[in-house]
Amino acid sequence: MQLLQIQPLPDYLRDQYADLQVDELPEYRELTGVKKVGLGLLGIGSLLLLIALTGFTSEHPWLWFFLTFGLTSIGGLMYILAQLKESPPGIKNNHNFTRSLTARGAAGWLIGVVFTAFYIILYWFPSVFQNWIQMVDPVSRLLRGDPADHWFLYGTFYTFAMLIMGVRMFVRYRHNRYQLIRTASVMFFQLGFAYLIPAFLRLMNQPEFYFSYFWPLKYHYLFPNDVRWLMSQPGGLGVFMVFWGAMLTFVATPVLTYFYGKRWYCSWVCGCGGLAETLGDPWRHLSSKSRLSWKVERNLIYSVLGFIIITTAALWINSATEGRVLGNLSQTFARAYGFFIGAIFSGVIGVGFYPLLGNRVWCRFGCPQAAILGILQKHFSRFRITTNGAQCISCGNCSTYCEMGIDVRMYAQEQQNIIRASCVGCGICAAVCPRGVLKLENGPVDGRY
Amino acid sequence: MFKKRQPHLVIIGNGVAGVTTARHVRRRSDMNITIISAESRYHFSRTALMYIYMGHMRFEDTKPYPDWFWRQNRIDLVHGFVTEIDTDNKCVRLQDGREIAYDKLVIATGSKPNKFGWPGQDLPGVQGLYSLQDLQRLEEYTPHIRHAVIVGGGLIGIELAEMLMSRDIPVTFLVRERYFYDIILPQEEARLISRHILEHGVDLRLSTELKEILPGTDGRVRAVVTSHGEEIACQFVGLTVGVHPNIEVVKNTPIETNRGVLVNEYLETNIPDVYACGDCAEIRAKEPGGRNRIEQLWYTARMQGEALGRILCGEHVAYDRGIWFNSAKFFDLEYQTYGQVSPQPGDDEDSFYWEHPDRKHALRIAYRKPGMQVIGFNAIGIRLRHRVCERWIREGRTLDDVIQRLPEANFDPEFYQRFEAEVARQYAESRHAVAESAVA
Repeated sequence: MQLLQIQPLPDYLRDQYADLQVDELPEYRELTGVKKVGLGLLGIGSLLLLIALTGFTSEHPWLWFFLTFGLTSIGGLMYILAQLKESPPGIKNNHNFTRSLTARGAAGWLIGVVFTAFYIILYWFPSVFQNWIQMVDPVSRLLRGDPADHWFLYGTFYTFAMLIMGVRMFVRYRHNRYQLIRTASVMFFQLGFAYLIPAFLRLMNQPEFYFSYFWPLKYHYLFPNDVRWLMSQPGGLGVFMVFWGAMLTFVATPVLTYFYGKRWYCSWVCGCGGLAETLGDPWRHLSSKSRLSWKVERNLIYSVLGFIIITTAALWINSATEGRVLGNLSQTFARAYGFFIGAIFSGVIGVGFYPLLGNRVWCRFGCPQAAILGILQKHFSRFRITTNGAQCISCGNCSTYCEMGIDVRMYAQEQQNIIRASCVGCGICAAVCPRGVLKLENGPVDGRY
Repeated sequence: MFKKRQPHLVIIGNGVAGVTTARHVRRRSDMNITIISAESRYHFSRTALMYIYMGHMRFEDTKPYPDWFWRQNRIDLVHGFVTEIDTDNKCVRLQDGREIAYDKLVIATGSKPNKFGWPGQDLPGVQGLYSLQDLQRLEEYTPHIRHAVIVGGGLIGIELAEMLMSRDIPVTFLVRERYFYDIILPQEEARLISRHILEHGVDLRLSTELKEILPGTDGRVRAVVTSHGEEIACQFVGLTVGVHPNIEVVKNTPIETNRGVLVNEYLETNIPDVYACGDCAEIRAKEPGGRNRIEQLWYTARMQGEALGRILCGEHVAYDRGIWFNSAKFFDLEYQTYGQVSPQPGDDEDSFYWEHPDRKHALRIAYRKPGMQVIGFNAIGIRLRHRVCERWIREGRTLDDVIQRLPEANFDPEFYQRFEAEVARQYAESRHAVAESAVA
């Protein structure tokens, strides 16, 4: 693609173009060389990652860590940053529905299978990753003072994926400060609150606690076992953690959602949301907008919410009555929830199916946190997406790029504001709108609808 | 037990005008409604055709209403081409022989791209961009071309340029005007957009017209010749020099036409129970000697459709498009306009113009000189609130007032850089300068 260069001007236009100061125009061109080297490094890094599964890593873990995580990161970043020079800032959705990777073609399916396989192995056959775990072992010892396990490996992959793909969001939306700040926020919370701080806590012999997660997404933070264990920790930190988690669930959730909508969590803080908004961004347009999906969504998400409320209540009743009333039932509930919802739904389907069903499957259909935040957002919040008068041209970009499958256009073309429980406030509808019709706003509750 | 037979409303054309008419009739009445279209079975957003070509969306994503909507609202869709309107027997005939009787008929057949009699304008590889079929032809024709020429500096021309560039097809863009779109935009805005087009790598040829289109030995387009005598090799020519009402079907009927189907302000034709709205309608001037109006915009088609929906249900309200507004996107630059901003203002009008040094944001506020009442806004790279601008114009707010309250009209996303302070500063300086020169 060499064409984004200024063509030589015919003589008869010289004077006229002098008015336009064309000499100062920035020049854009595709840095094919940089992109090829980037893709090459990414490929080599991925190949070495595959080779690393079969052995070698225990003797030179740092070397292998660099060859895999390092090369893929450098390669990926080269490919991403080269795009800065390719075209002026603006919406970059060309070919999303014609490219194999982003249009459920062979490449999309391949990535989907790889992601899904990763989660299945991670949850049920982690020993397969033994050599990868070896490879991140020195990192784990450095950060946590403990040997690595498969959860540390997962966290490392997760954080790298979010940081690299976060840079992609920076490049892609460099003209949009809402997206830049929001992306920086999810990257910050992942790296700090979901990776480094829990590791340092462990290094200091404190409970490994994730301050950016709380019940019901991190459901066991309000399970009797966790609470009791944290309370029993020496020093005040464990008590503080219980207090912190409860505060987020019972105070921050209603208060912050009232002022800002559920986005304060779902697209600014949450790690699941963060991964969806970075790694999952290339597939956001694949979410289903059908009426049936909306129905399934409502049934499913509130069922999961009911499930976790019942499970939590049962565990506390059981704990209070020392098992006399419910016997093993509450434990069975908790285990079932962990298996079906925690592992299969949020992991295997939630992330594994990004390239097939879009990037917010878990958040839309399953997450009980999103369910609570959604109810609050719909009924007790100042948040709305405002429609700008009659400017809508019904083009459908907003609906297409809504990762939650909201038919935004349906509201916009009727000149109605959009207030939907599922909206995570990512702001992409407003970004892709070619006519400036949509704006995320917090305003007076009166006249919101 | 006898149910009153409901009248049958037949609408020819399923564009935004026809569909909006049907929706507004359905809101108010139980009338039977049939929409006939040859272009597509389901209504789609014409404005979104470009996004299909660029891969932002699929065709089904451009349908503003899901397919179940029509059945649920009891709007029958007929996919067919109307060849004849029989106003005596109150029915329309389709190409396939079907005959559909109507009680009330709406003609909403839209537009066709203009061609101005250039040699070679009907060669393979020369086309406009208006319909779904145009898009299909574009899809068939452009995969293997090496260079394209677009003729005509309007909104469709620049969209076609963006479309072709998205597929790495180099584009030469012939624009008759001194700067792009300066028949609508004042010079400063037209320059800013022209520069943006160049930044996107389009070979923009201002002050240049098409002379003729040359065929190759294969009978396809080989090159164009410009008004400067230059020959530009190309395998595709996009003709985007405006549109005209598509009124073939009305010819040979007693329905009066001029350039479009002639209607009064109630969108009624000269024949009882026959109406027209949207691009194909030509609204007669109210006062003798005035100019008839043909409005060929998405928004006016929608507003006419809404007005006609009410009229068909017995409301006696004339179509009134209200305070003008429009919008466009020129590659990455969004443009909104409210009220009237003339490219060449009359003696009693003037305007205040502010432009950011990055040449990606600009704002013009036009006003009437004596009392400095604001009459219009042009915004580039800044989103303004429709209702606020409209209210200010309706209320005749002064420029001073509007500049002061500008933040109320801002509709940019949160955290965006705000320009109101800079605008106000420049305004204050210009006022100061005026005051000083008055003293001197």
